[in-house]
Amino acid sequence: MTNLLAARLDMAVSLAFHIVFAAAGIAMPLLMVVSEWLWLRTRDPVYLELTKRWLRGTAILFAVGAVSGTVLSFELGLLWPRFMRWAGPVIGMPFSLEGFAFFLEAIFIGIYIYGWDRVRPLTHWLAGVVIAVSGCVSGIFVVCANAWMNTPAGFRMAGGEAVDIRPFAAMLNPAAFQQVLHMTIAAYLAIAFAAAGIHAWALRRDPGNAFHRRALAIVLGIAAVCAPLQLVSGDVSARQVGHAQPVKLAALEGQWRTERGAPLRIGGIPDERTETTRHAIEIPGMLSWLVHGDRNAELKGLDQVPHADRPPVTITHLAFQLMVASGTAMLVVALLGAFLWWRRRALPVSRWYLGLVVLASPLGLVAIEAGWTVTEVGRQPWIVYGIMRTRDAVTPMPGIAVPLVVIAALYLLLAGVVLTLLRRQVFASPGMAAARRGARR
Amino acid sequence: MTPQLLLGGVLLAAMVLYALGAGADFGGGVWDLLAAGRSGERQRAAIAHALGPIWEANHVWLILIVVLLFVCFPLAFATITTALHVPLTLMLIGIVLRGAAFTFRTYDRDDVRVKRRWSRVFAIASIITPVMLGVCAGAVLSGRIRVDPATSVMTSDFVTPWLAPFPFAVGLFALALCSFLAATYLTLETTDRELRRAFRARALGAAIAAGVLAWVSFLLARHGAPAMHHGLSSRAWSLPFQVTTGLVALGALAALWQERYVLARALAIAQVTLVVCGWGFSQFPALVVPDITIANAAAPDSVLRAILWALACGAVVLFPSLWWLYRLFKAGAARESRTEP
Repeated sequence: MTNLLAARLDMAVSLAFHIVFAAAGIAMPLLMVVSEWLWLRTRDPVYLELTKRWLRGTAILFAVGAVSGTVLSFELGLLWPRFMRWAGPVIGMPFSLEGFAFFLEAIFIGIYIYGWDRVRPLTHWLAGVVIAVSGCVSGIFVVCANAWMNTPAGFRMAGGEAVDIRPFAAMLNPAAFQQVLHMTIAAYLAIAFAAAGIHAWALRRDPGNAFHRRALAIVLGIAAVCAPLQLVSGDVSARQVGHAQPVKLAALEGQWRTERGAPLRIGGIPDERTETTRHAIEIPGMLSWLVHGDRNAELKGLDQVPHADRPPVTITHLAFQLMVASGTAMLVVALLGAFLWWRRRALPVSRWYLGLVVLASPLGLVAIEAGWTVTEVGRQPWIVYGIMRTRDAVTPMPGIAVPLVVIAALYLLLAGVVLTLLRRQVFASPGMAAARRGARR
Repeated sequence: MTPQLLLGGVLLAAMVLYALGAGADFGGGVWDLLAAGRSGERQRAAIAHALGPIWEANHVWLILIVVLLFVCFPLAFATITTALHVPLTLMLIGIVLRGAAFTFRTYDRDDVRVKRRWSRVFAIASIITPVMLGVCAGAVLSGRIRVDPATSVMTSDFVTPWLAPFPFAVGLFALALCSFLAATYLTLETTDRELRRAFRARALGAAIAAGVLAWVSFLLARHGAPAMHHGLSSRAWSLPFQVTTGLVALGALAALWQERYVLARALAIAQVTLVVCGWGFSQFPALVVPDITIANAAAPDSVLRAILWALACGAVVLFPSLWWLYRLFKAGAARESRTEP
């Protein structure tokens, strides 16, 4: 394995692990805050129990997210020092602001977890709101920095140095809005589906349990709002990629040749040797229409750039298909749930629908992982699109395969422990009498 | 005051706050490992109680330090992360395991064996992290990380700057200081007299260890970090500064001895602040001795000014929040302990 590949895999493992916890850090506090609000309004102890359970989940996930995020902030230098040497100041603004947002999240999570009997109920709830807002905002800043790597702005290169740096122009780069929107909604959607699946699983075994019913009602509500929004934001995002990074769009669509009236491909396997995408269902003219608003518009293919400037097409295309398929499946499940809810005027808890929710529960996290694969692999061979190649950024330190193996093993272990603890602490059915009483009501 | 110097000052201040907060949290891990005697389990409980609400907030100073370093002094960041890849990676593993194990212990089964296993991981990781941070600080001071100023390319290797007696002496010194801070804070985190006496004894022991290791580091610096040794023994401000640090350290010892815990804590805080500042001043204006300085590593002023504004705005929300956190969870403990006969 080359050092470059080891460094890329090390970064990929660290990101793939952290992103799950980051998404939880964004979305779990919202769940908690909604549930605590309902407790304050209704004084129904089931909501208090639910808030505390979700809080335990948040506490575990946030702690692991905080430390795995620290690893990433160091890895920017440990793996890509030649990139950070000039890019650090340019993307410093979102990272600095993120530092403060994250600080607030860490402070208020301490107050929220340990402050139940030290502050008044409404103050406690407001501390939760601060966690939810600062978690969301800190995610936004980090995604702004990543968007800058896709659409670098706010500086000029002169002799290998960045000059004329405008930090806010760099932060609010052309891809920032679309990427932020897409990732933020993804976090809520993924966590809502993950939680929904687990509560649905418990309800299939214990149908009357009020605890899981109320939990499911909250997360299905969030999912039903987020899933359609994500469809819109995905469309906005893809058009932005089409304009700013046509090579990436071509890779994720498997579009080898520049052509008028390009079709939208559903599925399909790109063949890098013959430069064709086979076995795809093609909708004629659809891709040109989606990107340019005109069925006959010319869409740039991978052939516009030499081979050395193309990303790995197969991975990018398949990851994109996986993301879109997961998103579509979640949309169907969420809309179906909303429809049933509206028709029956009651939470849909029939066995078959709960089964569907269980099946769909990992799809949000799958979509996040696949989506990041599209963003990152689709940007290759560049670390900063059009400006610096990944291979020119890698550390001169040899033997990066060693930390890769160590970090991978460590994270695998942590993932196992976290899953066990979550099962025990959050999702086991509470034997509380209130849950039973609530069920009869 | 140029923006470069101001940001250097902010960086140093953040390091002081990190040492005072997170340093003591690591020290808590040391005392968890060494908890013994009749009050052993109660010691562990007091440590967990003290750390629980604040360790995550304390940890964020490190993230802020890293971010400020790569934003404001990117050449220093790139050089440090390249030259010190190995100790930094070990430190990161420590950070991950410390935080994870502490949280897992809180939320895992109420089974003594399980808790003890997480305690062990938490404690050992709490030792690795400050030692490695100290090793990195020592390596930065050593003058063995060399960079060609014309090309910004590192010319030293990946091992010799940190694998030497001086950096490890600094690492152990850092560990001793963390342990001293933790034990001193802990005397005010409990109303249990037996516990307080146990923490007092530990604080006294750690203070003496820190004193010895400070001298060992200073002696090793003659060969291990000549520029710093020279700076500490010849610059005009140096002697009074060191005498002050020494007096404060002795004062902290005396206050602990006389069981005047609030005073002891104040002096311990002053001592660690002086040590971290002394480190910063002794290598000023170098960021990585000898080749990388504040001036040649700094980002353009336009960036630095924008960052200073961002820091000012951030501070307006950060410090009141931190103050509230500490008031909620720390003021009570001190008040209870004062009213106790």
